[in-house]
Amino acid sequence: MKSIEELTFPEDRLYATDHEWARFENGGAKIGISDYAQDQLGDIVYVELPSAGKAFKKGEVFGTVESVKAVSELYMPIGGEVTAVNETLADSPERVNQSPYEDGWMIVVKPLDPTEKEGLMTLPAYLEMLKGLA
Amino acid sequence: MRYLPHTDEEISEMLKVAGADSLEDLFTQIPKECCRRLRLALPEAKTEWELNAHMDRLAGRTASAAQWKNYMGAGSYEHYIPAVLSYLMGRGEFVTSYTPYQPEISQGTLQGIYEYQTLAARLLGLEVANASMYDGASALAEALLMACRITRKNRVLISRAIHPHFRQVAHTYFAPTEHETEEFPFLENGTTDIAGLSGKSDLAAVAIQSPNFFGCIENLKAFADKAHEMGALLITTFTEPLAYGLLKSPGSLGADIACGEGQSLGIPQSFGGPGLGMFATKMAYVRNMPGRLIGKTADPDGKRGFVLTLSTREQHIRREKATSNICTNNSLCALSAAMYMAVLGKTGLRALSQLNIDKSAYLRDRLSQKGFPQAFTAPNFNEFTVKAGPEFEKKRRSLMDKGIIAGVPLSTYYPELSGHYLFCVTETKTKEDLETLVSEMTS
Repeated sequence: MKSIEELTFPEDRLYATDHEWARFENGGAKIGISDYAQDQLGDIVYVELPSAGKAFKKGEVFGTVESVKAVSELYMPIGGEVTAVNETLADSPERVNQSPYEDGWMIVVKPLDPTEKEGLMTLPAYLEMLKGLA
Repeated sequence: MRYLPHTDEEISEMLKVAGADSLEDLFTQIPKECCRRLRLALPEAKTEWELNAHMDRLAGRTASAAQWKNYMGAGSYEHYIPAVLSYLMGRGEFVTSYTPYQPEISQGTLQGIYEYQTLAARLLGLEVANASMYDGASALAEALLMACRITRKNRVLISRAIHPHFRQVAHTYFAPTEHETEEFPFLENGTTDIAGLSGKSDLAAVAIQSPNFFGCIENLKAFADKAHEMGALLITTFTEPLAYGLLKSPGSLGADIACGEGQSLGIPQSFGGPGLGMFATKMAYVRNMPGRLIGKTADPDGKRGFVLTLSTREQHIRREKATSNICTNNSLCALSAAMYMAVLGKTGLRALSQLNIDKSAYLRDRLSQKGFPQAFTAPNFNEFTVKAGPEFEKKRRSLMDKGIIAGVPLSTYYPELSGHYLFCVTETKTKEDLETLVSEMTS
């Protein structure tokens, strides 16, 4: 596993304590997992995602990500209805390892309550939390 | 592993190290009232030949196949087991209960299970089979739970023509869950009533056995179409997989999961167990499949190797979120089945199936001529139901004194079928045997 300095973390999004990220754009929130999360999991072999139209509350499990050594639940960083799903992950789950912030995105949700966004961390706060974990 | 008891010298040496005077001292922490005051009333130790005689006497109290002419099937079948199986199964390499987690020391075991999976998947006409489960009944219960996981629906519909023990196990599995089981009836011809599906909704699965408990062959295709139309999976189960040597495989008829008992395939009846839970499904559902799975892969040098695969579904990784609590398999029985299928081969399996059908049809027709009509008109495999009348029970009991077991009374499981008896004829019975049975029954 890499040290935090070797990992990348874009500033244009917010982070959750379970290592999901959310980028807010055009009224929607695109969701994926951080470079730290994919590095901890190792080679990802399967991503199970919900179908579009399903709604979840903040903190609810919306899917699972399975690597060669572990299975992790994916938690909603913000509540809402799923409007898009990254179907390419079904055949190419390794995209989550290779490009966790771009090609490896997971779902887009239409947030129900935009104020829930305030419970998420900005990049400096997330980095602070990661240092605590190291 | 060798079993060598400790000598008195070793025991006193260990007691010295532990700081105790006697073995009893080691148990002083156990409250007196919890200890047994009297010695166990065990008989004296026996010599080897006395013990053999004792075991022979015990074995003689059951109707073991060799001395009896047994016409009972109903989930456990007497088939000839080729000598090569007994020889190979006795090899020390196979007789280990330990889980083959370490591929570097378990290639033989893993390959054996992989071969079993391949043969099981082909026999059942589906893409993937697991390394086996405990028995047919638990395999069916697991299949029903799997369907609930896949469809995210809570209700399963189970045919009443499925083996009563299988149904009972399924109900037990479901009792503590949020899921529900419901049974649906069979018709006068002995097959399941497809109209029983009408008006049902929100079903996770429909479960059908073929050949069913009465020996009748079900129209699986019709149930598959109907189940799929309703958004449910079709689960097919079986107690006699030899039937698929001739019948179309469940997979080819639209089953999403095929599961059942594999005892027929080279495993002795052994007083009812151990059995072999066979379980196969479509590749699309592999991650929801319970049980262990062995895969074929290549090492860094490109050499073929076998490993436990998709084990992230299992308990040691997923803990309480595991696909199932069953993360073990009946390896030795699975190996038996693999050897049996390999020894018979495709043509052998077909020929043996035909022999079972022919012999069974012979007895069925002879009994019918002699006043024991067939109870159900649907086609059957090596079992069939006879309407013998309630007075037949006395005759059946008297035949036991002659070493003949003339069928299974169905009234035990189906009160409405009093006087109905389920007969099974396999390749182990000769024409003379069958004629003897007929004349004994009619005398």
